Amino acid sequence: MLAEGVFDGLRRVGAGAINAVSRLGFAARFFAVVLIHSPAALKRTRLTLREIYFAGVLSLVIIMVSGLFVGMVLGLQGYDTLNKYGAGDSLGIFVGLSLVRELGPVVAGLLFASRAGSAITAEIGLMKTTEQLAAMEMMAVDPLARIVAPRFWGGVISMPLLAALFSMMGVFGAYLVGVRLIGVDSGAFWGNMRAAIGFWPDVTNGIIKSVVFGVAVSLIAVFEGYDAKPTAEGVSSATTRTVVEASLAILALDFILTVFMFRGLGG
Amino acid sequence: MNRTAIDLWVGIFVTIGLAAIVFLALKVGNLASFSTVPSYRLEARFDNIGGLKLRAPVKAAGVVVGRVDRIRLDPKTYEAVVALKIDNGYQFTKDSIASILTSGLLGEVYIALDAGGDAVLLGDGATIPKTQSAVVLEKLIGQFMFDKAGSGGGK
Repeated sequence: MLAEGVFDGLRRVGAGAINAVSRLGFAARFFAVVLIHSPAALKRTRLTLREIYFAGVLSLVIIMVSGLFVGMVLGLQGYDTLNKYGAGDSLGIFVGLSLVRELGPVVAGLLFASRAGSAITAEIGLMKTTEQLAAMEMMAVDPLARIVAPRFWGGVISMPLLAALFSMMGVFGAYLVGVRLIGVDSGAFWGNMRAAIGFWPDVTNGIIKSVVFGVAVSLIAVFEGYDAKPTAEGVSSATTRTVVEASLAILALDFILTVFMFRGLGG
Repeated sequence: MNRTAIDLWVGIFVTIGLAAIVFLALKVGNLASFSTVPSYRLEARFDNIGGLKLRAPVKAAGVVVGRVDRIRLDPKTYEAVVALKIDNGYQFTKDSIASILTSGLLGEVYIALDAGGDAVLLGDGATIPKTQSAVVLEKLIGQFMFDKAGSGGGK
């Protein structure tokens, strides 16, 4: 009786592991196929532009407002702590570094995953459910080139721009609170920030991170949509999976990238 | 949503996105070029400017009257030449003293201008004749230790 239960549990673990590995392999092959279909899709710029509109332009408001508020909170909290050590003038460094290196790409990526990634998954999943993808194949139109690749590239192109906007609005929010409200000297704010933050490594590393996150979120979104069970329930669980997996992927990738960027390969 | 509207919005989005990257790269370039307050230039020569940075404030009696505009080294005299941009509303006498000070132990470095009693004012591009260099804390401590060892000895 007990042995039966143990075997059953082990069997379930094994099935889960096999399922996870095969899905990972499928996702990797899917990624390769999307890349193969990309040149054909990118030649028809109209399709990609439309996806940049849906993924990027429509995310502008949430990204910019969040950036502003995150920056304002950083300004308040940062000044409060720094001022204890008489270093309130270093507020610019604190805010700039945290936004450009970490918060910009990561928070913009999380917002992007929940705002645009979920929409992409739901759209492709519903197309599959209503057999639009199958209909396209019947008409000799490859859905990977017509539907999936443009959405993937729309996300990849939008993400770094959104992250940069997030960081910019954050710095502006911290400026509003720190300089305008609290009264940190504006020359010290900008001067210290510019002295401490370099374009190479800090800003470029932030951009590299946001590009990687863009690829990860877009790939997960289109894959989950394409792989969704063609039912209402399947689309809903695929959308949920997109947000969860994309968020975890962003945080895990962020750690790995940060280790390589700031510790080097040699350690 | 028709095509031209989408094109327009994507164009706006890409443009402000790239502008944000440029902003981050330059960190709001040189703020002085944005300031609308008319100003004039003064120069001051220091033996040592310590941790003085560009855009550091210039204060007279604690009030910000200008900004550090440019810092370079005179290759002949090995003095630091600091160019100051002073707001037009403030004029300083010819015997003013410029000194480099730090606000607090860890605070920002700034230039203090102490006005003198001379009747002649410094014009645009003039050099402030009297200056006092930054105090380098390590040197000061070293000197103190040295003096202490020299005078005290047996203590």
